[in-house]
Amino acid sequence: MTDLIQLMHSAIIFGTVIMLGAVGEIITEKAGHLNLGVPGIMYIGGISGLVASFFYENSVAEPSGVISVILSLTATIIGSGLAGLLYGFLTVTLRTNQNVTGLTLTIMGGGIANFFGGMLSKYAGGVGKISTDAASSAYRAYFTPLTGNSTSNPLYAIFGYGWMTYVAIALAVAAHLILKRTRVGLGLRAVGENPATADAAGINVSKYKYVAIIIGSVISGLGGLYYTMDYVYGTWIIDGNIEALGWLAVALVIFTTWKPIGAIWGAYLFGVLYWSYLYIPGLTRQSQEIFKMLPYVVTLGVLIVVSLRKKKENLPPDHLGLPYFREER
Amino acid sequence: MSVSKKKHTEPLLRVVKYEGMSRSRRWLVRLIAVLASLIVSGILIVLLAGINPIKVYGTMIRASFGSSRLVWNLLRDTSTLLLLGVGLAPAFAMRFWNIGAEGQMLVGGIATAFCMKYFTGMPTFLLIIVMVLASLIAGALWGLLPGIFKAFWNTNETLFTLMMNYIAIQFTAFMVAQWEVGVGNNTVGVINPDGHEGWLPGLFTSAFNKDYGINVLLVLAVTVAMFIYLRYSKHGYEISVIGDSVNTARYAGINVKKVYIRTMVLSGAVCGLAGFLAVSGVSHSISTSTAGGRGFTAIIVAWLAKFNTFSMIAIAALLCFLDQGALEIASSCNVNTYVSKIITGVILFFLLAGEFFTMYRIKVRGKH
Repeated sequence: MTDLIQLMHSAIIFGTVIMLGAVGEIITEKAGHLNLGVPGIMYIGGISGLVASFFYENSVAEPSGVISVILSLTATIIGSGLAGLLYGFLTVTLRTNQNVTGLTLTIMGGGIANFFGGMLSKYAGGVGKISTDAASSAYRAYFTPLTGNSTSNPLYAIFGYGWMTYVAIALAVAAHLILKRTRVGLGLRAVGENPATADAAGINVSKYKYVAIIIGSVISGLGGLYYTMDYVYGTWIIDGNIEALGWLAVALVIFTTWKPIGAIWGAYLFGVLYWSYLYIPGLTRQSQEIFKMLPYVVTLGVLIVVSLRKKKENLPPDHLGLPYFREER
Repeated sequence: MSVSKKKHTEPLLRVVKYEGMSRSRRWLVRLIAVLASLIVSGILIVLLAGINPIKVYGTMIRASFGSSRLVWNLLRDTSTLLLLGVGLAPAFAMRFWNIGAEGQMLVGGIATAFCMKYFTGMPTFLLIIVMVLASLIAGALWGLLPGIFKAFWNTNETLFTLMMNYIAIQFTAFMVAQWEVGVGNNTVGVINPDGHEGWLPGLFTSAFNKDYGINVLLVLAVTVAMFIYLRYSKHGYEISVIGDSVNTARYAGINVKKVYIRTMVLSGAVCGLAGFLAVSGVSHSISTSTAGGRGFTAIIVAWLAKFNTFSMIAIAALLCFLDQGALEIASSCNVNTYVSKIITGVILFFLLAGEFFTMYRIKVRGKH
């Protein structure tokens, strides 16, 4: 039982990182933009928040958790929003190739984040010495009256998380409702499926694309912040983990067949798949590596099945990856 | 009552298509983009590290051309990156987004390392040929799969090849754990450190890792061959027709499915060969970072070169030069090596944005 609670707990924390990444990417892809810069954006989101919290907490004697949270949240939103703006300017206005632009953003985002992360580590006095305790504990605080103090309490598997875990779920639900039930969502889907038709219907295609890309980036960036604050407890480790999780978020988008609601359980499922090797007895290190392959193999399977069945609502947006130039018909 | 009529004016700036820009002008635009990016990254270096940028560029030039060893290092890295770009060229030319060079290179590397480990009894020359073939086949298989699915079921190849990368990375992690030297070490170490079986020798000396002449010659041969294949062969023609329009190709009687599969096998095989170069020719070892993101960088190289394998030489060399230079700056000025990724990113963004000005023109209101 304790094992099961532990597995659920680590799976949900793991899942929340990629859920945020994936929900952001779904919104971007619905506008017809395949943003392969998600890992880079998550990197930028993570480091922006960490830097803000670190400098605040180092300059005040008694750092307040709330202020540190607000500062890091603001920094993440600005940082990942700017990254989205850069990607949007290049792909929407300058019509550069989306794959290439996204990959460049991933290279640069990783560079920026690890550069500042490394500098910060040096400044703090060594690897793993960065501490943003006030912020990290404020992010990770959960409602103890409900769960008690024991981590083996079954309620701990449901309520034992920081508040951003629930914000992630709320964002996924909100994205679903907006896409499915509002005019704006309909417009956005039209832009992704057929921008020329949307344009003829009076929708400002560029505006929709910009807004979707920037909002999507900010949500993905929050995934990076969640990683630094909740997953690694408010520090910076240069190990390429954020990049791996970022690609997993891109995989999750395919896995959910572009549905934000699916990203919730899909993300948790990926988390279970990722961590289950710890709870299966008798695994060697070799077979653990094979286990970590599972999320990608499963995603590939979904991609294949979806393309075999060709059900319209499961296919990628029709104009995914293609630039739109009004004068080119 | 007067009805106010909304006045429509031409927008202040608008974008129009610009056909037929001359070759020299296109390169001029690119040159301006590189210069602009160097200025911006110079400013960034000053802000981030507080070092004089002119000194920085001096250091960078010395880092690549300071000694013959450094020049060989530059040639070595350039040739590997170039080979990957050349491998991607045929797929990209038919608008097939092969994002999977990273994985194709890794499986090629694993196949090479496998032969290196288990076929030590063979004579060196034969062993190297077997290794080359193994890496080609492994890469081809990794490319074949997305090719088949694209051809028959129109499965999105970008996402397919992207997933194949991570399957390859985990497979490499598995093989590394399988072959690790020392329990829990998680590294394969140098394979055949004593007998040097399967190590690619130098061209001018028989010593290893002194010169990389064979690497360079091999890659140049593939580059020229690919250029001829794409430009002058029937296959190359079919590829470019599909790249322009799949429907036209079908109407012209080209077997699109066959071309998709054939081209992806070729593309994967060449990327697999890059894995051979990295393992047999450079590191004599294998790890999950054997490809080290170069499979992704090569995508950018191939795209910027517009699939022209000769233009790729210049772009690959520029990127490797920057990388080597930035590493030197990082160590000599005691800043983090990731500064090289930032500079690479800035330059690529400028080059990408520069492409816009080779294809479109901005018109100001009223001027024609």
